[in-house]
Amino acid sequence: MTAILAADRAVGTPRVPVARGFRFELVKLVSQWRIRLLVLACWIAPALFVAAVSQQGSLPVDTLFGRWMHATGWAGPLVTLGFAGTWALPLLTSVVAGDMFASEDRLGTWRHLLVAVRSPRRIFVAKALASLTVILLLVVGLACSSAAGGLLAVGNQPLVGLDGHLLTPGDAAGKVLLAWVCVLAPTLALAAVGLLGSVALGRSPMGLLLPALVALSMQLAQMLPLPVAVRVALPGYAFIAWNGLFTSPAQLGPLLIGVVVSLVWAATATALAYLLFLRRDFTNLADDGSGGRAVTAGVLPLVGILAATVGVVAEATPATGSGIQQDKVQRSVATAFAHLYRMQTAQLHRPDVTEAQLKATATCNKGGGKLAAEGPGNDWRCVVSWHLPDVEAAGSAIYQLDVTPDGRFVADGDGPKEVNGYFLVRTPTGDAPNPLWQFDGNVELLHSTKG
Amino acid sequence: MDAPLAIRARGITKCFGDVVALDGVDLDVAAGQIHGLVGPNGAGKTTLLGLLLGLAVADGGNLEILGTPVARALAAPDGVAGFVDGPGLYPSLTARQNLAALAALHGSDVATTAIDDALEQVGLTDVAGDRASGFSLGMRQRLGLAAALLTRPRLLVLDEPANGLDPAGKRHVHGVLTRLATDGTSVVLSSHRMDDLEALCSEVTILATGRVVFTGPLAKLAAENRELDYRLRTSDPQAARRLAADTAGIHIDVAGTRDAEVLVVRALVPALDDLVVRLVHAGIAVREIAPVVSPLEAAFLALTEQEARP
Repeated sequence: MTAILAADRAVGTPRVPVARGFRFELVKLVSQWRIRLLVLACWIAPALFVAAVSQQGSLPVDTLFGRWMHATGWAGPLVTLGFAGTWALPLLTSVVAGDMFASEDRLGTWRHLLVAVRSPRRIFVAKALASLTVILLLVVGLACSSAAGGLLAVGNQPLVGLDGHLLTPGDAAGKVLLAWVCVLAPTLALAAVGLLGSVALGRSPMGLLLPALVALSMQLAQMLPLPVAVRVALPGYAFIAWNGLFTSPAQLGPLLIGVVVSLVWAATATALAYLLFLRRDFTNLADDGSGGRAVTAGVLPLVGILAATVGVVAEATPATGSGIQQDKVQRSVATAFAHLYRMQTAQLHRPDVTEAQLKATATCNKGGGKLAAEGPGNDWRCVVSWHLPDVEAAGSAIYQLDVTPDGRFVADGDGPKEVNGYFLVRTPTGDAPNPLWQFDGNVELLHSTKG
Repeated sequence: MDAPLAIRARGITKCFGDVVALDGVDLDVAAGQIHGLVGPNGAGKTTLLGLLLGLAVADGGNLEILGTPVARALAAPDGVAGFVDGPGLYPSLTARQNLAALAALHGSDVATTAIDDALEQVGLTDVAGDRASGFSLGMRQRLGLAAALLTRPRLLVLDEPANGLDPAGKRHVHGVLTRLATDGTSVVLSSHRMDDLEALCSEVTILATGRVVFTGPLAKLAAENRELDYRLRTSDPQAARRLAADTAGIHIDVAGTRDAEVLVVRALVPALDDLVVRLVHAGIAVREIAPVVSPLEAAFLALTEQEARP
């Protein structure tokens, strides 16, 4: 080479500060009709949905807390949260983060942007922050709107927790807020995957769909009978683990693991996207950053992260197998029954009795006792026994349980009719929903929380 | 004393894999000069413009922009604006919003009046409130130029700015570029439209297969070049034909035109001058004399074809 590029002194290049780049990206995002529609939808639709459902006779009992939507306004944001974790948040992150870089490829504006900003690094940071801001705006909209809808339509009443204990309205508000905050972690992970897909796949629509596909894969995985260490180490587990906030004491272990795993995924995917973006050749029009190497460089580290987190969780926790064992199921059912029995007692204006006095226990088997009493299935059967003060004979009631692989269960009362066999109870003020007829619960997969 | 150089490039090379896009390119562009860059497709024009805009880094050679060496890091040097492969505009924003967003990005104290002024200069005032998604290619080019004007550049780099322009748009763009050059801004533009380059540029550089085959003033290009074809319309075509046939250095192109009133001759400029003198002395009125293709285009074709020959 006859001459070497002079590198001793660069041309004075005052780069655009990240704050200005961030504002520029926000302006571009907010100018898009689809983003405006999403913002409107997230801030309005949940309120209308929760208010409308709360006024209907039949409730979405398949969704966690759905059966309590008549009872308290705080059930609405939790139903919305369950729905959002399944559908809304993956799709929102797809539309926002999954298109953040690909849109510049479609519009052919990369060179313009580079000339204007003068720093690919700052472009990346500004884009990542702008997409994060819009996603946060959408998530906050979902939370606030659904809470407002529930509170306006039903009111600020106590919420029945996942183990049947009653949360005061203040506690419920705090837990609902915390649940939405926790769900931000897997949302960030999906957003980072969206950024990575947008950088690695360029104009390909696969980049846009990647967060939704990853979320769908995680949901399918959660439906499979996976070992508990794998289940908890999946980046979407925090979409489920927030349930543990609504037991007493809260099941924080799985939630913390889920949040940490999600944040690790978010950081790794963002870092990969950053590195791939900086390596891109913007002088080549045909190069939109996609290609086998880019995809490989994006996917392999994430597979490595998954393997590492599974290994760490398996090593750090005593849980094995499905995490659903007989003693855990029995304890969960008995605890929830005791709490809900007190509620029924109050409905019937009977003398109050404490959980300690009830000494409720459950005896559960699976498959009529012919199968090992562990693992998910809809063939669990429990007999709950309890004692009342000054009554010698123990009461007993039967429940059929449908336990899903993620530890959640629905207990369906099978009698006696006066206790749990009918969906209504006759109170002095008229018929009321029977809290013991059907109830939701969950089994903590990692280990039992004594309660 | 020579005018200060806005661009001084020496031995610039740039490769994409096995493809040599630029091969030892030298380029000088003086301050306040409009410099044309021409060459066939794939000659390396866009690559060179990309280097000037900081979109790529040369593999070898020295590049100084506005008096300062360019480092290896990607970044458009300060005072440089422009676009390659079309202006980058956001279709969901209006023309004014595109400019306002860009002005805010630069953090410059660009007032609304400056944006209005830029829009007026390129003739887009009437559509300032329209979304860019509905703009034609020519309108997009003009808006891209307006965006570049907002940064008050000292070096403007434009890739095919005349693409899609109607006559009114062309007039606006030419006016803007001429005014900028008058005010001391250097302009480097590529184009396949030789008439635009001849109208605007004081100097041109012709690239072929990544190498410079000519650089310098247009006049020099015409003077040092070979014979050109000229259309000659006179009051007496027959007599003019006989006279041309007797004039040294003049070759009559028999198949050059179907118009019997027009004679096409091939000649160097001195021989053509001699012919005109003889026509006038013979009492034959010269009504039209013009090159069939422009000197720049002829030179471009000759030089690039020569370069392409093995």
